[in-house]
Amino acid sequence: MADGAPSRIASRFASLRAEGRGALITFVEAFDPDRATSEALLAGMPGAGADLVEIGVPFTDPMADGPTVQRAGQRGLKAGATLAGTLEMVRGFRAKDNATPVVLMGYYNPIYSYGPERFAKDAAEAGVDGLIVVDLPPEEADELTVHTAPQRLELIRLVAPTTDEKRLPVVLSGSGGFVYYVSITGITGTRSATEEHLAEAIPRIRRATDLPIAIGFGVRTPEQAAAAARIADAAVVASALLDTLAGDLDEAGRARPGTVEKVLEQVRALASGVRGARRQAA
Amino acid sequence: MNKPLSPALPNSLRTGPDERGHFGSFGGRYVAETLMPLILEVEKAYEAAKADPSFQAELDRYLSDYVGRPSPLWFAERLTKALGGAQVWFKRDELNHTGAHKINNCMGQILLARRMGKGRIIAETGAGQHGVATATVCALFGLPCTIYMGATDVARQSPNVFRMKLLGAEVKPVTSGAATLKDAMNEALRDWVANVTDTYYLIGTVAGPHPYPAMVRDFQSVIGIEAKQQMLRAAGRLPDVAVAAIGGGSNAMGLFYPFLDDSEVRLIGVEAAGHGLDSGQHAASLTKGRPGVLHGNRTYLLQDEFGQILEAHSISAGLDYPGVGPEHSWLHELGRVEYVAVTDTEALEAFQLCTRTEGIIPALEPSHALAHVAKMAPEMDKDAIILMNLCGRGDKDIFTVAEALGVKL
Repeated sequence: MADGAPSRIASRFASLRAEGRGALITFVEAFDPDRATSEALLAGMPGAGADLVEIGVPFTDPMADGPTVQRAGQRGLKAGATLAGTLEMVRGFRAKDNATPVVLMGYYNPIYSYGPERFAKDAAEAGVDGLIVVDLPPEEADELTVHTAPQRLELIRLVAPTTDEKRLPVVLSGSGGFVYYVSITGITGTRSATEEHLAEAIPRIRRATDLPIAIGFGVRTPEQAAAAARIADAAVVASALLDTLAGDLDEAGRARPGTVEKVLEQVRALASGVRGARRQAA
Repeated sequence: MNKPLSPALPNSLRTGPDERGHFGSFGGRYVAETLMPLILEVEKAYEAAKADPSFQAELDRYLSDYVGRPSPLWFAERLTKALGGAQVWFKRDELNHTGAHKINNCMGQILLARRMGKGRIIAETGAGQHGVATATVCALFGLPCTIYMGATDVARQSPNVFRMKLLGAEVKPVTSGAATLKDAMNEALRDWVANVTDTYYLIGTVAGPHPYPAMVRDFQSVIGIEAKQQMLRAAGRLPDVAVAAIGGGSNAMGLFYPFLDDSEVRLIGVEAAGHGLDSGQHAASLTKGRPGVLHGNRTYLLQDEFGQILEAHSISAGLDYPGVGPEHSWLHELGRVEYVAVTDTEALEAFQLCTRTEGIIPALEPSHALAHVAKMAPEMDKDAIILMNLCGRGDKDIFTVAEALGVKL
């Protein structure tokens, strides 16, 4: 990609805006429950209607995640997930899909251990577009952004209901890609925000940034995804898909022949919800 | 011999952390955005409390009349004779109410939580000592309290679980991860994220995001401040060496901090070598780990080559943590504090030695410090002084010790 060309994330949001709809962002945990299954899910998600995909990088101590994502990470680690292995997944995906934005979501220690400079270079080469590093707030992010910025890797920041007016500009400065609104005070997959809350929170963020806004944490159903994509610019669905995956595993925790299809079927339902919702005029 | 200090050392080692909570390259605030406003609020409240003489006066009153401070300084004469070298002196924090140093910090933080108007307290605990101390101060002030404890620890520390329940706390067993202390801390952080308005997280050691490492150190520094005065009064001089056990490192930080700028005092932190440093089953993060980021700060961690956190092991549940406070990591890299490790077996021997020569049953945590003292004292002059923090009593450990010695109770 030449310097100055819009990033995959920006291009995707621009074309969706032209279509007049919001984006569906779906989540897959690397190597959950094994490498081939997670690769098949990743490969199948854009065709099933995901506009962007988020890949969870397993970590032993995911302090912002609820039981669903915790267990997905543990299954991934058991199957041998590493940061390097996750980048290989992205490389394989990019060989066939050069348009769908890929965002890695995880915690800082595996990146720190890999070496932030080497990681930024390898991630960009593999075709990663954005990073969500949950435990790296703006106050500590310089040590990573100094390496990711030259590689045009966008650091996607979390904004929470607890992020007040004074703090919002601090969080948004240096943000790239899109803004991830954590719609509840709580961990992933536990409860959902009300539409009233979102209708109040999103304009507040909108006034402070030109970046697209995605709503995550607690978006589970096609209806909730449609509402999120209508009120904001994108809906992130993670735990609901992981629950489907986990619920379909056999007694030994292995994927069944129909597991991938079952998750992709749910992606199709979410996508049809999102596509049916016209966006409010921005 | 005192280790010569590097000329590159700052004028004072007691000025840290910086305004962003860093001790050199360690410490910081590596937390999710949801938590960030909360820890900024705690920091602001703590700064205000520190500057308010009435806060310190209130804390002093509780420390004296409820906790029983100052704790005595004791010349362990029979132990000294048995070791045949340097004089061994104990700072007796095991005589505090609840039997360990943990209450010093709990008393400070509960008063802070009250100032902040928080109506609910949460805490993590490993062995249960911090959980008991937290449940105690919550009972004292009538505040509801939830203690997160790894399910593995709940099973092996049932007396402390019962104590916490008697004190009115809710004990929540944590089954995620390996179900031990680090998982309990993850779960407490998750609770805090979900209960931001009314809840105060009372962290038990000098770890976690800023301001906790500095705040817990400040509350524990009463140990070293008292010990320094008592030592001057009793022996007319400072000790040659100060020794303390290190898990997260709060009792050691409390003892060391007031001595950091006294370069003639050698400081030694003793980590748990478990089954041995090469066994893969130990808790010696400074000796065998490398820097990483966990639980809100950068510090030395036990981790695999991919940055995944490893489980720690020690016979002492209080030392069984794969990290260490960030200020210790900084002092380790500066060389101001020496960090060594002793095994489960060595700690058990020291436990018995102390019991028989001094009539004091120490906790397994300070038994680690004592095991190192027992190694170094015989090599030192008879007029040399070793000051050791006897940070907890061993009643809680008698089941573990009995099992290790093959005795059925």
